[in-house]
Amino acid sequence: MDIHVIAPLANPAERAAVDELLGPPISGWTGGLRDSASDGHAAHGGHAARSDRDLLLPALHAVQDRIGWISQPALAYICRRLTIPPAEAYGVATFYALLSTRQRAAVVAHVCDDIACRLAGAEEVCADLARTHGPAGEPGADGQTTWLRSPCLGLCERGPAVLFTAAGEAPEQVGVAPIDAVGVMTRLATAAGGRRIALNDTGSSVAERLAATRVSVPQAGDEGLRLLARVGRVDPTSLEAYRLAGGYTALARAIELGPEAVVAEVTASKLLGRGGAAFPTGRKWAAVRAAKGSPKYVVCNADESEPGTFKDRALVEDDPFVVIEAMTIEAFATGASRGFLYLRGEYPLAATRLSNAIARATSAGLLGPDILGSGFAFEVELRIGAGAYICGEETALFNSIEGRRGEPRNKPPFPVEVGLFGKPTAVNNVETLANVPLILRDGAAAFAAIGTEGSAGPKLFCVSGHIRRPGIYEVPFGTTLRALLELAGGVPADGGGRADAGATMDDAIRTILLGGAAGVFVGTEVLDTPLTFEGTRAIGATLGSGVVMVFDRTADLVGTLRRIAAFFRDESCGQCVPCRVGTVRQEELLARLAAGRPNGSRADELRLLREIGQAMRDASICGLGQTASSAIESAVRAGIVPP
Amino acid sequence: MSTVPPIQLYPPARSSRTPGPPEPAPVAQVELTIDSHAVSVAAGSTILDACRATGVDTPTLCYLENLTPVNACRVCVVEVAGSRVLAPACSRKVEPGMAVQTDTERVRLSRKVVLELLGSSVDLSTSPQAAGYFERYGADPLRFGVAAQPAVTNERDALEAGHHHGAGGESTASTVAQPVKIDNELYVRDYSKCILCYKCVEACGVDAQNTFAIAVAGRGFDARISTEWNVSLPDSACVYCGNCIGVCPTGALMFRSEYEMREAGTWDESAQSTTDTICPYCGVGCTLSLHVQDNEIVKVTSPLDSSVTEGHLCVKGRFGFRFVQERGPKATG
Ligand SMILES: Cc1cc2nc3c(=O)[nH]c(=O)nc-3n(C[C@H](O)[C@H](O)[C@H](O)COP(=O)(O)O)c2cc1C
Ligand code: SF4
Ligand code: SF4
Ligand code: SF4
Ligand code: FES
Ligand code: FES
Repeated sequence: MDIHVIAPLANPAERAAVDELLGPPISGWTGGLRDSASDGHAAHGGHAARSDRDLLLPALHAVQDRIGWISQPALAYICRRLTIPPAEAYGVATFYALLSTRQRAAVVAHVCDDIACRLAGAEEVCADLARTHGPAGEPGADGQTTWLRSPCLGLCERGPAVLFTAAGEAPEQVGVAPIDAVGVMTRLATAAGGRRIALNDTGSSVAERLAATRVSVPQAGDEGLRLLARVGRVDPTSLEAYRLAGGYTALARAIELGPEAVVAEVTASKLLGRGGAAFPTGRKWAAVRAAKGSPKYVVCNADESEPGTFKDRALVEDDPFVVIEAMTIEAFATGASRGFLYLRGEYPLAATRLSNAIARATSAGLLGPDILGSGFAFEVELRIGAGAYICGEETALFNSIEGRRGEPRNKPPFPVEVGLFGKPTAVNNVETLANVPLILRDGAAAFAAIGTEGSAGPKLFCVSGHIRRPGIYEVPFGTTLRALLELAGGVPADGGGRADAGATMDDAIRTILLGGAAGVFVGTEVLDTPLTFEGTRAIGATLGSGVVMVFDRTADLVGTLRRIAAFFRDESCGQCVPCRVGTVRQEELLARLAAGRPNGSRADELRLLREIGQAMRDASICGLGQTASSAIESAVRAGIVPP
Repeated sequence: MSTVPPIQLYPPARSSRTPGPPEPAPVAQVELTIDSHAVSVAAGSTILDACRATGVDTPTLCYLENLTPVNACRVCVVEVAGSRVLAPACSRKVEPGMAVQTDTERVRLSRKVVLELLGSSVDLSTSPQAAGYFERYGADPLRFGVAAQPAVTNERDALEAGHHHGAGGESTASTVAQPVKIDNELYVRDYSKCILCYKCVEACGVDAQNTFAIAVAGRGFDARISTEWNVSLPDSACVYCGNCIGVCPTGALMFRSEYEMREAGTWDESAQSTTDTICPYCGVGCTLSLHVQDNEIVKVTSPLDSSVTEGHLCVKGRFGFRFVQERGPKATG
């Protein structure tokens, strides 16, 4: 491949950002200064040069973090370094919302205006910012800062939420919630002044840490927790603390049992994937183990971008070693020697904690060429997303890691046979993996005894919206929706001051969104449904990613539906027609209904909405398009939107 | 007694006859049903192949025999028994015992809506098959409202992923309409007509040209075919092979000659003849199809089934025909 790159030379800061990641260029052919003496005979090309393609996204991040945007010369430099055609690299850079190919202020407040934060006043924050800072995307009076609207940041339990990104030599990314416009302005000024936004006042004593964690994980520190047992209790930065709390005994047990026995154990535990599709984990591992083709890969899906979902965050931030240990067990069981952990770009604290965990595990010989002296070799690499919900879809995730646009692939072939880099790949969700050490510690039978016949084990739920104590909750499968809401303190019965005093929780609730933006709105008549895969299926709903978002009688449901439609319109990869255009038509149609200006009768519009929905569900390539109409159609069916 | 092969001291003399193709290995057959009719096709075939073998006409837009299927348009979807969603006929491989239905209510609805979604957002006036498909499925793109105002030059090329302005309740339908891009002498790009089938990207990339001058940029409805930073073709890696034009199903990519004649109202396909010949430029000997109107070559293509070109050419064969016409006063005067 002959790379045709025309652009002025990247500036020193841009080159430094890339070189820090890739090392200095080896010759003029790869973007270095021309030196005819050594360049004349330098060979650079072929497979070796192209095999660096997967470093494209990290290189784009490097420039974005350092400069605040990616200029044409900077991209051209990356293309020379990695032997990537510029048109393709541009296609990748323009795929992600957190990367900018146009000059942008160095400090940005990404203000979540998604469904949970809307209930907590996000629109007011945006309106205030438009007044005090100026229009979204425009630099403010200081010329160095701006703000943008953002989809869900995974901080829904504390909305309104904002992710700050400050580019520079010491870039900073930090999520803050709750926050108001004054808070945003203050922090923008802090970062523009070259100071850090993150406060180092969370404290390091166990009691202080626990108190801080309980804001998001109200059960933290309670007895009887399994998945959340260490959250808030055990220092997430210390491998010693993790081991003292029982960490890495599961890996030792796995090595003792041998790979086949581990796969058998996980199969017997009846563990089903927690990433949304509920696929049996043991079967997936067995398939990868049996697949021809090498090397094999394991991938941990920590992209968690479904609006209303934040459960995996508790694990990757507050118990990062368990994810690494479980990936190691998975690799041992499936025969993989390399793993990738794909984390959404909006989780900067988790990125720090996970890379620390990988480094510590590596220096302790728990990752590397000879794990626990068994001869088993395994390495994990952390890869950071850049603002694209679709990259949570497993095959889009592979493309993203490989340095391509995050477009889902056609299935079949399935990842267990043709996955990352075209090789057999076991991809699992963070929470799915966190169950694995429990299975090995307690035995498959004990694990399968938790929960119900069809849904074994403990489960994390993301409870948000109009509820007294929003947060991440762990309950055994089979707990009823009502019991979960009561555990979270119940719904204030005054329904925002409008319902009659003394009304019950049932009276206060207008609707509950189960499963996230791709889920289903349900009414209070299902409050006594057990939360299991089969239980929710029976009521025509889904557990999805464990979202339980409560809307009381004051909630603006039409606005919520329009935000969901806008989300899918924004996040569609654009590959297939039903989703690319269908999500636009769905959004337009809801806007027309909300404005009271239907094309034809309202009944015509609703029929059209159903037809768009059915075509998206039936004819789209991937789960995004297939579920993009789910919540909206359920709201229409349930009569909870009378626009 | 086993025969010991003689030891060969010299390589045998070269056969004077060029060897013929090797005997094709017997291909396993796969049995399936299409609309309840039993069919048997070679393993590795697609459902589309099987449909064609049984004479079932299946609409396709993004599929082309000489390119890797991207299965993006979804107009070819069929119902496969046991599958939760519909399957793209053009790329789903047949499996033994598969039961395929191509004309159920579900299939018809998806095909109709997909056509309506395309028709309401893209100008299909120069897509040869579109009108027939619309009629067959009763597709009415106007159900989504009349088309919104077109974008101004380069407006769509500047859209950033994840930051669209929400619909405001207008009665119009968003489209990809925008001014045509004319930046070179040889061909024009009218992305108002682009259905984003990826064919041009494949032809420019590994499926034919390996030049990678164009790719998909942006995301969702704002996705578009683009050079890096939307630079003009002369500033890009483009070598003007025109292979992208050759595969474009909608006329979004068009010979400048054709474009100008269409603008002038003189383009008349019924008055055109096509003559196959061999490219005069080099020893490869590509098959050229010369499209001639009023004794002038108006464009050059190559047959998809040509074993030499598979439909692809280089700049000389594709565009280097002017000399034929510059040789003196026109014969027809
Ligand atoms: C649009 C879309 C987004 C997804 N996002 C995620 C995600 O953020 N995290 C996740 O674990 N799975 C996500 N999935 C599901 C994955 O494709 C895949 O099924 C999952 O990672 C498998 O892991 P599991 O078997 O452990 O659930 C998503 C799927 C779709 C269609
Ligand atoms: S359904 Fe949507 S997100 Fe999925 S491949 Fe199609 S366009 Fe992309
Ligand atoms: S003319 Fe050839 S090189 Fe230029 S964009 Fe089209 S396929 Fe690519
Ligand atoms: S320009 Fe033509 S070939 Fe290229 S994607 Fe658009 S419609 Fe397809
Ligand atoms: S963080 Fe705002 S909705 Fe999730
Ligand atoms: S022809 Fe099959 S998806 Fe386009």
